Amino acid sequence: MDFTPHTEADVERMLGAIGLADIDDLFAHLPATVRIDRPLRLPGPLSEPEVIEMVDAYGAKNRSRLVCFAGGGIYDHYLPPVVRTLTMRPEFVTAYTPYQPEVSQGVLQVLFEFQSMVAAIMGLDVANASLYDGVTAVVEAMNMAVAATGRDVVWVSRGLSPRAREALATFASARGIDLVEHPMVGGRTAWDAAAAGPPAAVIFGQPNYLGIIEDYAAATDLAHGTGALSVALVDPMTLGVLRTPGSAGVDIAVAEGQPLGNPRSFGGPVVGLLATKLDQVRRIPGRLIGRTVDGDGQTAYVMTLRTREQDIRREKASSNICTNQSLNAVAAAVHLAWLGPGGLAEVGRQSAAKARYLAKRLGQLPGVTVAVEAPFVREFPVLLPVDPARVVAAMADRGFLAGLPLAGDYPEFPGGLLVAVTERRTRRQLDGFADALKEVIADG
Amino acid sequence: MADPAGPAASSPLVGAAAEPTLRDLSVAGRRAWSFPELDVPGAALDLPEAAAELPALPEVGERDLVAHINRLAQRNFAVDIGAYPLGSCTMKYNPKICDWAAEHPDFRDLHPGTPAHSVQGALEVLLAAEEVLCEITGMERASFQPPAGASGEITGLLIMRAYHQERGRQRTKVLIPDSAHGTNPASVSLAGYRAVQVPSNEHGLVDIDALEAMIDDDVAGLMLTNPNTVGLFEEDIVQMAELVHAVDGLVYYDGANLNAILGVVRPGDMGFDIVHSNLHKTFATPHGGGGPGSGPVAVTGRLAPYLPGPMPERLDDGSVGWVMPSASIGRVHGNHGNFLVVLRALTYMRALGGTGLRRVAERAVLNARYLAHMLSAAYDIPYDKPCMHEFVASAKRIKNETGVRAMDLAKALLDHGIHAPTMYFPLIVDEALMIEPTETESPETVEAMAAAFADLAVAARTSPEELHEAPHRTPVRRPDEARAARHLVVTWSMEDGDD
Repeated sequence: MDFTPHTEADVERMLGAIGLADIDDLFAHLPATVRIDRPLRLPGPLSEPEVIEMVDAYGAKNRSRLVCFAGGGIYDHYLPPVVRTLTMRPEFVTAYTPYQPEVSQGVLQVLFEFQSMVAAIMGLDVANASLYDGVTAVVEAMNMAVAATGRDVVWVSRGLSPRAREALATFASARGIDLVEHPMVGGRTAWDAAAAGPPAAVIFGQPNYLGIIEDYAAATDLAHGTGALSVALVDPMTLGVLRTPGSAGVDIAVAEGQPLGNPRSFGGPVVGLLATKLDQVRRIPGRLIGRTVDGDGQTAYVMTLRTREQDIRREKASSNICTNQSLNAVAAAVHLAWLGPGGLAEVGRQSAAKARYLAKRLGQLPGVTVAVEAPFVREFPVLLPVDPARVVAAMADRGFLAGLPLAGDYPEFPGGLLVAVTERRTRRQLDGFADALKEVIADG
Repeated sequence: MADPAGPAASSPLVGAAAEPTLRDLSVAGRRAWSFPELDVPGAALDLPEAAAELPALPEVGERDLVAHINRLAQRNFAVDIGAYPLGSCTMKYNPKICDWAAEHPDFRDLHPGTPAHSVQGALEVLLAAEEVLCEITGMERASFQPPAGASGEITGLLIMRAYHQERGRQRTKVLIPDSAHGTNPASVSLAGYRAVQVPSNEHGLVDIDALEAMIDDDVAGLMLTNPNTVGLFEEDIVQMAELVHAVDGLVYYDGANLNAILGVVRPGDMGFDIVHSNLHKTFATPHGGGGPGSGPVAVTGRLAPYLPGPMPERLDDGSVGWVMPSASIGRVHGNHGNFLVVLRALTYMRALGGTGLRRVAERAVLNARYLAHMLSAAYDIPYDKPCMHEFVASAKRIKNETGVRAMDLAKALLDHGIHAPTMYFPLIVDEALMIEPTETESPETVEAMAAAFADLAVAARTSPEELHEAPHRTPVRRPDEARAARHLVVTWSMEDGDD
């Protein structure tokens, strides 16, 4: 099965038209020394029913139905079917980047609405049309801040997602950017104003990786006092209960947008959000959709400020991004509209209330403590009396994905397990989780 | 002109009126959401940094939301609607069986932090896709962490950088042809290198003498698309690779045009050391209006230790685990890349097998060669070499004779129900129209494209004014892009400016 429609007669006729006798003649001008004279050694071809059998067989080796208490940026929120129904329309799925606005108003307007709603929940002026994920959005924010300030030092909270800190390290060194890590005390960043600088950016998580609510002013005042941009990686599903990063003085807010419209997907494709103030708009990476009028005076949408981008600015572009995550942004836009102000607040309120309930239950188990006392929203670290990796394995046998062990990223929490709660978890599941954890710990 | 019953995008049901935004449709108190009552104690949260007000989102019911988004979808062209010969983007048909795989709950509902023992199926998918990619490219190992082509480029360049650094060398420049995609020089800069342009010769190929003169100990590597962006195979590729290897530089293959050579030639056999490919081009995963893509990077054995990680590895006990390569450049994505896109691509690779993939290359090249042949009467094909999967036609002669530009022709094509080619790229061809029919279009569709182009060449002479004002049948016509940049309105809260 190869999805090409040509019959042998078609091929013969077309070859005849271009004056060739054999299909291999198409490649006769390629150097003979590198042409391969054997078929590729690959499994297949398979018919569609055989493909289905193959995918089912791989799938059967995954435990995809575990009740999910893992987070770290990717969460199991309720996804209304309307999101998939609308997102999977072939006009969205099988179009490409809207280079021809005349026949791309659908994608363009949805992305404009996505930008509008992302800017709104962030409390900032402008947002772009998506980035790969939250972690690479942090990298792009770093690059924006370096370009804006001309500085090459970046201050990073140890509470920022370890994955984001790893990605920052990957991309910073090639450009000669120094990353200075600021420690955590009691679960929050203890900023060191005397650290090597001056910094281009002050980057932190809100809530941080441990789920703890950081002191916004401590970070933004520090940034602004040194002439740096403040960059916050936020959890979009908390933005109905926490103040917006914009109202707290953040210059660039980024997020892992997966919980908006996208299933967990083994971590991809998801969607990165980036919003900022109007004065940074010309440094925004990636696609930006703007509203204008056409020749008849009718409202129309186009990609705008294109001179920022790689296909025009080439080696002087501040970002190389081309293909991003448009379809995931469409899903996020539909989900945001479905939630509206009340729904986003309800998700935050229920997730937080259930997280509190579970933290209280877990804290009552023998040998278990909530690792820090600072207030969290919907994710929190617990310290276990047995190896968290073993606990996670044993909990999987009881039907739970118990959380993310912390020791690999935070050796200071050797028995740490990061537990996330969404509005989707029922009281029965929360109680069942606590009961199962009690058994697992008792088993050692 | 072609059949007027085939307007490019808009449904006749929708009419020409602009679609309001969700904010226009918002009515206070409306809602679509529903959640169960909170079943745990819900006392005041009393959080620090609490919100003082509700998010400023629109309030709409589900019925109005659905109608709005569907009306917008009807204002969009797509591969599933008609021919999309957008050069360099490989807008081939996206098989629905692959979409089915990506919706499979056993993959869709996996959390990326699930321990390896509980996601063996997903890890095996990654290994299986890696094996296919390595056989196709002639490489040893591949990472699927890069989520798009441009991400693959910077990943490959950081591998190049790590390779030289480990040998204690401060190389400064990366050579790229003047016909390269814009992402290439942008990625080179982000990797801390200087992009140095290599000129093309009169055949549209890299000028190998100029290249030889540019080779010195400052060269970290050469970055090349082959077939190149004018659709021609770089016939001197083996010698070019030897020149770069002579100073221990590395040769990078930009896989944008891999579709043309599947099962015919392999980058590894040509001397390439690093290869990125675009699963959303070659392996038929849908483009999604601009992503998600996937830009895996494959390398030779000696570069495998530098790949981003962690990587899936078959362990001694037969299971698959995550292992960090010994000299890894680190992480380039928050999780494991665009995994569901990789799953889609694997289903495509398996459905086609080795013979099917070879047939893809054959028919992609056949369709392009056939279309170029039919267009050559009315358009200039600037180079004398046979094209591969795409070709560049120049509207320079038409422009000189009639004033009708490549832009006018591209816009007029939209009225024929065919997506425009890539315009004004590559930069080395005047009035460039870069055309890639792909292998999934039937000969009849290719002939219809040729007929449309031929009609336009005639119309350029008989009614140039009509072409200057094209398109005529689309929902909007030539939006004012200068105004969009001058009076910036990128959210619905920003006021529309007036000229």
